[in-house]
Amino acid sequence: MMGKPAVTPFLEARGIYKRFPGVLALNNANATFFSGEVVAVIGENGAGKSTLMKILAGIYHPDEGEVLLEGREGKIPTVSRATELGIAFIHQELNLSDNLSIAANIFLGREPRMLKPLNFINRKAINRKTREMLERLKMDCSPAMMVRELSIGHQQMVEIAKALSQNARMIIMDEPTSSLTQHETDRLFELIRTLKARGVCIVYISHRLVEVEQIADRVIVLRDGQNSGELQRAEIDHDRMVSLMVGRALTEFYQHKAHKMGEPRLEVSNLVVPGRSREPISFTLHAGEVVGMAGLVGAGRTELAQAIFGIRAPLSGTIKVDGQLVRIKKPSDAIDTGIILVPEDRRTHGLILEFAVRHNIALSSLKRYQRAKFIREKEVTRLARTMVDELNVKTTSIESETAMLSGGNQQKVVLAKWISLRPKVLLLDEPTRGVDVMSKSEIYQLIEKMASQGIAVLVVSSDLEEILRISDRVLVMHEGKLAGELQRRQLSEEAVMNLATGRQ
Amino acid sequence: MKKTVGIFALLAAIFLLTSAVEPRFMRVGNIMNMARWTGLYGIIAIGACFVIITGGIDLSIGSLIGLAGSLFPLLVASKGVHVVLGFALVFMLSLAIGLIHGLLVTQLKLQPFIVTLCGLFIYRGVARSITGEINQGFGNGFQGLRLLVKYRLFGVIPMPFVILILLGIIAALFLNRTIYGRYLLALGRNENAARFSGINTDRMVVCSYIICSLLAGFGGILFALDQNSVQPSTFGNFYELYAIAGAVLGGCSLRGGEGTIAGVICGTAMVEVIKNAVFFLNVATESEFTVIGVVILIGVTVDELIKRFATNRIVSRE
Repeated sequence: MMGKPAVTPFLEARGIYKRFPGVLALNNANATFFSGEVVAVIGENGAGKSTLMKILAGIYHPDEGEVLLEGREGKIPTVSRATELGIAFIHQELNLSDNLSIAANIFLGREPRMLKPLNFINRKAINRKTREMLERLKMDCSPAMMVRELSIGHQQMVEIAKALSQNARMIIMDEPTSSLTQHETDRLFELIRTLKARGVCIVYISHRLVEVEQIADRVIVLRDGQNSGELQRAEIDHDRMVSLMVGRALTEFYQHKAHKMGEPRLEVSNLVVPGRSREPISFTLHAGEVVGMAGLVGAGRTELAQAIFGIRAPLSGTIKVDGQLVRIKKPSDAIDTGIILVPEDRRTHGLILEFAVRHNIALSSLKRYQRAKFIREKEVTRLARTMVDELNVKTTSIESETAMLSGGNQQKVVLAKWISLRPKVLLLDEPTRGVDVMSKSEIYQLIEKMASQGIAVLVVSSDLEEILRISDRVLVMHEGKLAGELQRRQLSEEAVMNLATGRQ
Repeated sequence: MKKTVGIFALLAAIFLLTSAVEPRFMRVGNIMNMARWTGLYGIIAIGACFVIITGGIDLSIGSLIGLAGSLFPLLVASKGVHVVLGFALVFMLSLAIGLIHGLLVTQLKLQPFIVTLCGLFIYRGVARSITGEINQGFGNGFQGLRLLVKYRLFGVIPMPFVILILLGIIAALFLNRTIYGRYLLALGRNENAARFSGINTDRMVVCSYIICSLLAGFGGILFALDQNSVQPSTFGNFYELYAIAGAVLGGCSLRGGEGTIAGVICGTAMVEVIKNAVFFLNVATESEFTVIGVVILIGVTVDELIKRFATNRIVSRE
């Protein structure tokens, strides 16, 4: 068992079909998972990987097909049954109660009890067991620490600890690194390797192919609900994965073009953002350039972008747009001066999910489509049609509820909403987080197009691959300060990371 | 929109059932009486609906009705203040109250429930103090003014219902056709996303509290003109609960972002029809509240079940 795959797979899914109204999410999908291996499941958004995983975790039930557990036919009717069978699912959005301690979270719902009829929680036992668990994961925290005080990376470790305390034999991780820093990602990979050596099967779902190359023993690729290929360790490489995912070769994708740098559009001088560090920050964005902003999560990049956009008032400093001093106290001021921020989290900040696509696209520009405060619906419809076509948003209708769209298409709606304001300065916060490969390259092309129209673009991103790919110039933040600036020719992963981690 | 149809169907069902048992229920006089009450309660329910759409609540409506209902006759009948000035003063007071609610909610981030609960106590207390607990009314005077509620359009339709329909049309246009209405619905669903879209969400929330208090104040005057006898300690008691019940029955979600004016009017009519049916079906008066409570509970339960059935059919992909 240890180290090498056992002969009988731990879990096997055969000929799985799953229909949702209007979509065939899985169309004869197959997957085999052995103990002690790391299997990456990749595919574009809508390829069916989440649906397949949810079936394995007991959240959905297949319409057709069978699931074999250690060679025997089995059923996974509920999440609790999946847990009993040793299958744990760590969702992209973590499922922890942040008002409870680490120990309380790990043992939630199955606390050791004492004083029998009263059922008091045996705190000593909980803390002792949790401490052992944390030590095994090399986590240096007290079991009594509140989850909200932990970084995202540590919170994820707590989820893993919880899975392990339930004797998980297969852990499904959905986009586990999407909000982790490089350092945290390295630690997660170390942990994955340890777990693998202990015979646990790790199912790794990610859009980040670089990570898949690093960690996976085997890759299962899904496309349109079917298996489009499987790669063994030796065959795993970036281009092969992409072509299996999208069904065409990589050369058609976005290539960086150098932009002509124009006049300064946004000049930020000595801006002090409220927060831990009160370092003044100065930088300039020029017309037609794409500037990447790199840094670890928590380095203060989002806070800086939000301060420029008027979400959180800067303590001091000045902002100039096209050489004119502007005062921005609230987002509508920023919009009026031509500065736009596309927020990081489309679900909580970017969209009203229950609104029709049309209403979301027009929401920030309604002032331009009104007569005596009455909405000019015809123009709104025309705007929505144009934007949906321009950005190639896949939706059955502009009247569809935005929540029904896939992640990548929702992100395009967010971009459509902001771009329709025809900004001078475009601040994008994690524009491709949780977005599939195709949408990603479409978004890059869009950024390119915006820049070529003379818009100054700033892209805040934690995805180094992305930063290196699209930036003319990179600003790196570290602990609330601008740690440095790199020109295109100086760019390398190492150079960015050195600045981001404060090593220079 | 589908929701409004459902409520309308339920309303029709109650009508048919009750009239089958008691034919007098369907007489024009009785229907117009229900329309009158629907008009009076509907006006305050529309106000409640605006606050509920922002995800807030206003518990002070009843006390403000008590205050406006006592203050207006006190000014106009006892102190001899000109009617127009009387209206202006009550409206200014209501506006100030709504403004204070809105500012406390948006600027100090106090919870709407708490702010308006305190309002519930305060305005009742003020109503009792300024009147010295003495009943207020217009006596036999002000017959012209009282036509505002007593007049019957075309000889049948009671004025409060006419006023409700007019206000309802304005409110519906505001909510569905103007940018402000869209802003309200957006911020009720997701305040952060609305703020990032450049919407001044605080201003919109303050606006909705002002609308609510203004309509409550106006409602207070109309109730006073209708009743002609205002007991400051009880006048308007529980009316906020009828308003909220009407709004919720009419499809408003207390989570915010949901609700239609037509629905709210139907919801209010429903409450009035139930009250009236209870009377005609010879249910003991003391059971009136029980019946109202149970019917509303059944209404929202069925609604929730229908919604769950609908979402189960459209499980989101991924």
